[in-house]
Amino acid sequence: MPFNILVLTCLAYVVFLFLVAFVVERRALRGGFRFLRSPVIYTLSLSIYCTAWTFYGAVGYAARSGLEFLTIYLGPTLVFVGWWWVLRKLVRIGRQQRVTSIADLISSRFGKSNLLGVLVTIIAVVASTPYIALQLQSISLSFGVFASDTPTGWALPNRDATALWVAVGLAAFTILFGTRTLDAKEQHHGIVTAIAVEAVVKLVALLAVGIFVVWGLAGGPVAMLDKIAAFADPAHNPNWALQPGRWGGLIFLSAAAVICLPRMFQVMVVECVDEGHLARASWAFPLYLFLISLFILPIAVMGMELMPADTNPDMLVLTLPLAQGQGGLAMLAFLGGFSSATSMVIVETIALATMLSNHVVMPLWLWARPAAALSGDLRGGVLMARRVSIVAVLALGLGYFRLSGGSTALAAIGLIAFVGMAQVLPALIGGIFWRGATKTGAAAGLATGFSVWAYTLFLPSFGLDGAMPAQLFQTGAFGISWLRPQALFGTTGMDPLLHSILWSLALNVAAFCAGSIVSFPGPVERVQGAAFVNAFDAEAQANRLGWGQGRAEPEALLNMAQRIMGQDTAISFFETQATAQGKAGFLPDLTPDFLAELERRLAGSVGAATAHAMIGQVFGTTTVTVEDLMAVANEAAQIKEYSTQLEQQQDQLSRTARQFREVNEKLTQLSVQKDAFLSQISHELRTPMTSISAFSEILTETPLPADKVADYGRIIHVEATRLTRLLDDLLDLSVLENGTVQLTLSHANLAQMLDLALAAAAQVRPDRVFDVQRNAASEAIFLRTDADRLVQVFINLISNARKYCDAQVPVLRFAVRQKGGKVVIDFIDNGAGIAKDSQGIVFEKFARLTDQSRAGGAGLGLAICREVMSNLGGTVTYLPGQKGGAFRVMLPLRLEKQML
Amino acid sequence: MRRPSAPLFLARDVYRKRRLRDAARLVPILGMFLLILPVFWSHKAQTAGADWVYVLAIWAGLIGLAALLAPGLSQPEPGGESGAGTDRTPGQITEKQAL
Repeated sequence: MPFNILVLTCLAYVVFLFLVAFVVERRALRGGFRFLRSPVIYTLSLSIYCTAWTFYGAVGYAARSGLEFLTIYLGPTLVFVGWWWVLRKLVRIGRQQRVTSIADLISSRFGKSNLLGVLVTIIAVVASTPYIALQLQSISLSFGVFASDTPTGWALPNRDATALWVAVGLAAFTILFGTRTLDAKEQHHGIVTAIAVEAVVKLVALLAVGIFVVWGLAGGPVAMLDKIAAFADPAHNPNWALQPGRWGGLIFLSAAAVICLPRMFQVMVVECVDEGHLARASWAFPLYLFLISLFILPIAVMGMELMPADTNPDMLVLTLPLAQGQGGLAMLAFLGGFSSATSMVIVETIALATMLSNHVVMPLWLWARPAAALSGDLRGGVLMARRVSIVAVLALGLGYFRLSGGSTALAAIGLIAFVGMAQVLPALIGGIFWRGATKTGAAAGLATGFSVWAYTLFLPSFGLDGAMPAQLFQTGAFGISWLRPQALFGTTGMDPLLHSILWSLALNVAAFCAGSIVSFPGPVERVQGAAFVNAFDAEAQANRLGWGQGRAEPEALLNMAQRIMGQDTAISFFETQATAQGKAGFLPDLTPDFLAELERRLAGSVGAATAHAMIGQVFGTTTVTVEDLMAVANEAAQIKEYSTQLEQQQDQLSRTARQFREVNEKLTQLSVQKDAFLSQISHELRTPMTSISAFSEILTETPLPADKVADYGRIIHVEATRLTRLLDDLLDLSVLENGTVQLTLSHANLAQMLDLALAAAAQVRPDRVFDVQRNAASEAIFLRTDADRLVQVFINLISNARKYCDAQVPVLRFAVRQKGGKVVIDFIDNGAGIAKDSQGIVFEKFARLTDQSRAGGAGLGLAICREVMSNLGGTVTYLPGQKGGAFRVMLPLRLEKQML
Repeated sequence: MRRPSAPLFLARDVYRKRRLRDAARLVPILGMFLLILPVFWSHKAQTAGADWVYVLAIWAGLIGLAALLAPGLSQPEPGGESGAGTDRTPGQITEKQAL
């Protein structure tokens, strides 16, 4: 086969892959997801597990060590058929937490710790760099196989140049399709589909070579089995015996690797569009592995039998068909190997670049330019960081390839990378199943495991005097024989790989558990721990509360759509959809069709990723992260504080309003009282004035007999006196009420005052004779008070008794007592007293219980009494229950000025 | 999240679903056992091919078993595994509560 045809075919194949990725990416942007959402694509993309190491290396591995190569595929098989244990939870958590890489998962589980993110990133880069180098090596080796065969045609550029051009091409492809947009979920449909195509190519190629070998060369399955048995004869081939330790250890190792390898995590968790696909992949992916490895042993056995002894067993897949003159088959095999290598490099690079840019480059960039974080749009920066990281990762791989010289057997590098990545396993499994796992524990475990791996396996892999002096292997670090890299703690005689697996993972787990047990997690860490470990419970809880899938309100979607598409467009779109579903109104049922259509419409306005994320927020299974919750809690706290303030203000306002209302009522009452008072007083003034004016008019106009004149004059005089008295009373009352009264304090004898009052009051209805009962002993008290004013009160009360007491034999009794610094004087008569409902108003101005003629006063007497008493620091009240009218006067024995 | 009203026994179909999940959990353990087994065989020249066929047969058997279980497992679970249910009706409570 001419080399130039090979190169052209290869280029055509690459162009085809570019086209596939490009078309799919375009369709994905337009929302044509259906084709991409098939479980077949998911399963095929998982085949990224089978790299060039599988395609070329497995045959070499089988040729060297027999059945042991199968362990690399049996481990993943067990993990996938047991998907209900780990993978299901991993994928669910990945979707809930919007995980973008395995470093992100670990960092996010342990409280978004960037330290852990950086640690995992370092482990991943260190473990993967040789692996990427291995892929470049396999491509350049396979080119070499063809070139060496064909002296004619194009000359093979040197080995390094081939690797360089391949690396450049891969970088271009990865940057083009891996960093096209910044997807919220880090999903790359174009790349995933291209990888699925490559998966088919490599499977078909290996199956074709295998079928050719079994039926074309060996002569059927039965003959093949005989050849295998003959080849496996221990005498002839001692390495083929099954080593129990390695068999079990490697199954475990590959099981760990299929979970932890960055590229596997990328396609399995990050690129997973539907959890249901995992159920299909649980048997379909093992089936793929089964088919891939089905013919490896026959190819190895036939190759070793037919090819010269010095043939590189790693290249048997290519060299065997070539040697048999099957150029086309060899070309297919070449494309299969090419596919294996390129797809692995692309996905691994994306996964590593995501980790590098998210956990190393971006934090550094933001640290160096803090202003950028505030300016808002970081997309440009992130994409640039992603691109730089991709180039850096590929450059590292290329550099390793050039330095190492591509000498070691392919399989060895693969296993070393596996052990390196397996160091993440304890933190990962512990993180999703053990709530007690903490950041300290995870960091301690990762650091310990990584160091032990580097010391016991990675650095020794560079050869005896490569990275470590040969003497170290003999004497151990610091001359301590227990620290020999390949015989830690005296475990000599162990297979170096097994030795490294055992010690690195054992010490890793020990450090992880010890660190977790003694440390205390922070709040975010604890919340995240609960969210991860209870990933399924949390969802059930959300469902119960009505937040879960299927409970999203159409109104919420309509609201969102209106803000993006505009009100009219959104409403008419919803209405159309509802009509299509046979529903009246504007709110259709949330069917998948409707949601897909809505997402497509929204994507037209805001881009596919944003639209998908928005729908996901309202509807999907993505869970709110702790950051979101904290932001929400923050806002809620602010709102709560604000509403508390409002509430307080409102309380105050309503209190003030109540006070206003009370004051207003009082004012209204006062106004009514004032009106009543005015009308009363005008009436009181008017009555005598009418008499006076009438009689004075008669006197002036008509000549009258003298006795009449005297009569009329007396009437005028009486009325004028009444007026004067009324005005005096009013003046008195006003002075008393205003508190501007001048008191003349002196010492006075109570008995004398009562005598005075009795004498004065005798003028009122002098016709009546009262029996006045007094106790002279009790009245012998000296008071310090305003005697004149007090006598005025007494006169008033006694006059009232004289006026109103309706008894046949009126009796008036004075009862005087002293009560703790106060004097109590009761005026009790034996009349009918005052009716109960009137007792309250007798002290009001102009209050008269009987008709005016009988009373003959303006009704100000008791009102004045009350004001006087209050000015004297005492009270006058009606005393009910005394079998007659009774008033009680109470005043202090010694009135001091300051008491007023 | 134990609810006091959780019943002790489940309806037949939910019960079957629970056992299907148990089976899914047991498959890798069975596989591990069967795949480790060749280690304990005495290896003679004639058996190398038989070992290979044995491993391939176990492998195929595991794939078949997984394929048999997968459709039942991928259905949305009523009641849910340890509470991962979408619609809960009385009598379909998590398996922690009732078996």
